[in-house]
Amino acid sequence: MSAALVSLRDVWVEYGDKVVLERVDLDIQAGEFVSVVGPSGAGKSTFLRLLLGQEAPTRGQVMLDGVAMRAECGPDRGVVFQRYSVFPHLTALQNVMFGLECAGAPVIGRLFGARRRAAEAAAREMLSAVGLEHSLAAYPAQLSGGMQQRLAIAQALVKHPRVLLLDEPFGALDPGIRRDMHGLVSRLWREQGLTIVMVTHDIGEAFHLGTRVMAFDKRRHDPHAPHRFGATAIYDLPLTRKMEA
Amino acid sequence: MTRVINIRLRGRAQVLAAAVPLGALAVTYAVAAGARHAANPADKVLPTFGAMGDAVWRMAAMADPMTGQYTLWADTLASLERLGAGLGLATVTALVLGLALGVVPLVRAVLGPVVTLIAVIPPIAVLPILFIALGLGEAAKIALIAVGIAPFMTRDMAACVAGLPAEQFVKAQTLGANSWQVAIRVALPQMMPRLIEALRFSMGPAWVFLIAAEAIASDVGLGYRIFLVRRYLAMDIILPYVAWISLLAICADVGLRWVSRRAFGWAHGAGL
Repeated sequence: MSAALVSLRDVWVEYGDKVVLERVDLDIQAGEFVSVVGPSGAGKSTFLRLLLGQEAPTRGQVMLDGVAMRAECGPDRGVVFQRYSVFPHLTALQNVMFGLECAGAPVIGRLFGARRRAAEAAAREMLSAVGLEHSLAAYPAQLSGGMQQRLAIAQALVKHPRVLLLDEPFGALDPGIRRDMHGLVSRLWREQGLTIVMVTHDIGEAFHLGTRVMAFDKRRHDPHAPHRFGATAIYDLPLTRKMEA
Repeated sequence: MTRVINIRLRGRAQVLAAAVPLGALAVTYAVAAGARHAANPADKVLPTFGAMGDAVWRMAAMADPMTGQYTLWADTLASLERLGAGLGLATVTALVLGLALGVVPLVRAVLGPVVTLIAVIPPIAVLPILFIALGLGEAAKIALIAVGIAPFMTRDMAACVAGLPAEQFVKAQTLGANSWQVAIRVALPQMMPRLIEALRFSMGPAWVFLIAAEAIASDVGLGYRIFLVRRYLAMDIILPYVAWISLLAICADVGLRWVSRRAFGWAHGAGL
């Protein structure tokens, strides 16, 4: 438990008198692929927003590398949403270069000359890694749903985030495309040594991809005030077989 | 039987169908003008096409002996200058303010209510204030156009940014973008097609404000001319001027649409 990458210590999230998450206490080690499952409204997405920094815990602490995390999104955590993850006004190449340009040009947001060529080369390489090397000049609207998600993954990975957060990334895809995407994400996770937290509705997907499956649900139910108890990780199953492989 | 809602015209039939009401309008006018002139050859209310053609020739191709200028072109130039300046001012204001309102919640909290308040003031009602404050020169006319359309455009721009998916803003931040970069690289480019659309919709009101300002205090301009010759019942000048203003408005609309499609292909479902 020593060098956990992400730690949650007795985390509660409440909206008014509605408790969404209660007593969430867990560690995520570097290199894990954590699948998060659970019924709708069980706080899966809230959990992901906590890790993302989009939301602050009402009580408790979220720590990254042992340091309390600020409740603001930053480049150490990458994210891929189910939809709207890429910028429609940028081509595939520009979408991936976006993160590199933001880091290199704080005022004008664009790079020029040698630095631009370096960023372009890095972006091309990342696009090849996700199989989009032939669609560099395409706008997202010209790409299929699966290709858009590949682009979103490339866009996030080019920043080398400490944790990659996936919010039902394959929920809107056809079964065949989804299978391809599973292969892609598994390969990238293995090759690039990523740490991934993925929220999904698909239990099969959760077990197939994850090295650890967490099920979020409410431990206690009050039939007269169902909103007064929050959800937490009721099952936390390590799938050690994959970690060794 | 084919339902009415499923009947579609294509190609030449479509052009013909569109030409029928226009042709009917022209014929009806010609017949009415002819009838009035048969009863009274000096009729001024419905001038014949020939009389209008003569008037246009007088205004466009012959220098005015008093001013030495070609009246139609002098009027057009003056009006377009005012319109351009007013629209330019409004566009820049709307872009900057709308971007700030849409991207920064702090700005929205401070300025949102003020902009909403200003937007509900009827612009013509503040025209006297503008004339008093800015004098009767060009500034007041340009200001009326800007004041008239900038609030609407600003709110439209802010709404456009607010309508962008929240995921895009989160994603940009996870890619390391600061507030400024989110504004200029995520929000601003996606506002541009909408800005052109807002500009297109503002052209109508802008012309109204221009003509109103020119009618009240001016010595040159399309609106000024119409209201000047009204005193002599000079319909042979008024009608061509109205047609000319309509033509200018249509050209501006077509031009803006072309620019939008050309510059922002991604927003029109087209590729590179």
